[in-house]
Amino acid sequence: MSKKDFDVIVVGAGPAGMAAAYVLAKAGVDVIVIERGKFPGSKNVMGGIFYRKPMDDLIPEFYKEAPIERHIVEQRMWLMDDVSHFSMGIKTQKHNSEPYNCFSVLRAQFDKWFSKKVIEAGALLINETVVTEPIIENGKVVGVRTDRPQGDLYADCVIAADGVQSFLAKSLGLRKKITPNKVALGVKEIIGLSEEQVNDRFGIKDSNEGVTIEITGPFLKGMEGMAWVYTNKNSVSIGIGVIIDDLINHNMNPNDLLESLKNHSSVLPLIEGGETREYLAHVIPEGGYKSVPKMYTDGFMVAGDAAMLVDSIHREGSNLAVESGKLAARTYLEAKESGDFSEKTLSRYQEKLEETYILQDLRYYRNLPELLEEKRYLLTEYPQFLIDAMTEIYTVDGVPKPEKFKKIKGELKSRFGYIGLAKDLYTIWRKLR
Amino acid sequence: MKKLRIEDKLYLVGYNVDHEYSHLGISDPEVCKTCEKKQCTYVCPASVYSWDEKEQKININYDACLECGTCRFACDYITWKYPRGGFGVAYKFG
Repeated sequence: MSKKDFDVIVVGAGPAGMAAAYVLAKAGVDVIVIERGKFPGSKNVMGGIFYRKPMDDLIPEFYKEAPIERHIVEQRMWLMDDVSHFSMGIKTQKHNSEPYNCFSVLRAQFDKWFSKKVIEAGALLINETVVTEPIIENGKVVGVRTDRPQGDLYADCVIAADGVQSFLAKSLGLRKKITPNKVALGVKEIIGLSEEQVNDRFGIKDSNEGVTIEITGPFLKGMEGMAWVYTNKNSVSIGIGVIIDDLINHNMNPNDLLESLKNHSSVLPLIEGGETREYLAHVIPEGGYKSVPKMYTDGFMVAGDAAMLVDSIHREGSNLAVESGKLAARTYLEAKESGDFSEKTLSRYQEKLEETYILQDLRYYRNLPELLEEKRYLLTEYPQFLIDAMTEIYTVDGVPKPEKFKKIKGELKSRFGYIGLAKDLYTIWRKLR
Repeated sequence: MKKLRIEDKLYLVGYNVDHEYSHLGISDPEVCKTCEKKQCTYVCPASVYSWDEKEQKININYDACLECGTCRFACDYITWKYPRGGFGVAYKFG
């Protein structure tokens, strides 16, 4: 190699990039992190929950010092139509003591804190700088070009943690064109309330405890998506993510959708009287396992959203980002021993991911995006049936119970047919094998 | 709850506007004239794109962009780059 400014260049100071930089800096590697925002987190939007485990392995008991909103003790799942919701969920004291299971966080604050830890560990962080392209010599990635004057930087290895758009992975031909049926747009608001209001409305005793609600069902009018309400310390995050193709085909404006969610009779009492403090939008890669690209080439690895590592069923993303960033860093450390950063050596990175729950989870659900695309009614008609059946069962109107059950059975038959029902169950079972 | 328009909400968002350079564009504006859906005018969460009937073109209000990239997945003719380093949206909460 002709030049070398750093051992490793990490592109993007989100959870994936910073996890990688943290591991590398701790191991004494000369690493630079390049971030295009004013500060790490300034371009980032949390559309989920932050799971403790991967981060705790990196920085033990990080939650004692990091800007956490609340630890989550109750998770609710709602199937919702225009006038009702059917609720399931789990509230457990097992999630109410250290080390906790997961947290609500706000990215702009959390990522800024994480970046301080990364700098303390010895990494160099450069903000307000866009990486425009990889620098390739003799077929190998040897650095990156930035939008700064004389902004070329050279290194043994580049770790691209540049988010869902990932122009770097795309320009290297690792990533295929992303079609609008494989990505969701999430829009979100932070609605300010007092701590007491949050506690009262969500049935919380202590201001450190939090609740999440995930909502799907026929209120989405056949679009594939998920809405969420998360408790922060003195605000609520409310948002909705919908596959972009569905927004296009339903002539749907995302803000209209968010506003109708906020005014739904089940949601409104949770946020009423609160003041919107911020409005945010971000794209979520939802293509699953089949959209995960080859994650390495000579002198180059991809991590986090840039590698499409999102488990949309379990709304896991930032934890997969942290985990993948760590594994990319460890792969680099192994490669450093032999001084060989070739594609062959770095292929260990993807193998490592395959060995963990990350790609095992995504592989398990690999057929789901296509199944749901093909059979959108699974997301509307079955939830609608459940809502209607529960409403029937809970309505006391003089109709004898055996007659009610007969009516529900009749509905099941007329809406799906027993053969249709058996087919759907078989298909789901087969696709999840 | 009073419904909030996108314009109302964008006042709450912090931006560092780049007055010299638009990071958004349309590679072939002729295509817009015959585009039936004009999906960019409604899928964008910041209403960056609007159809100008008189001029027969899409107007791009790039300084409102939230940088989500929805438009670039929704339309192949939209050219989308990151704003220059330090410019664009800067969230307070995230």
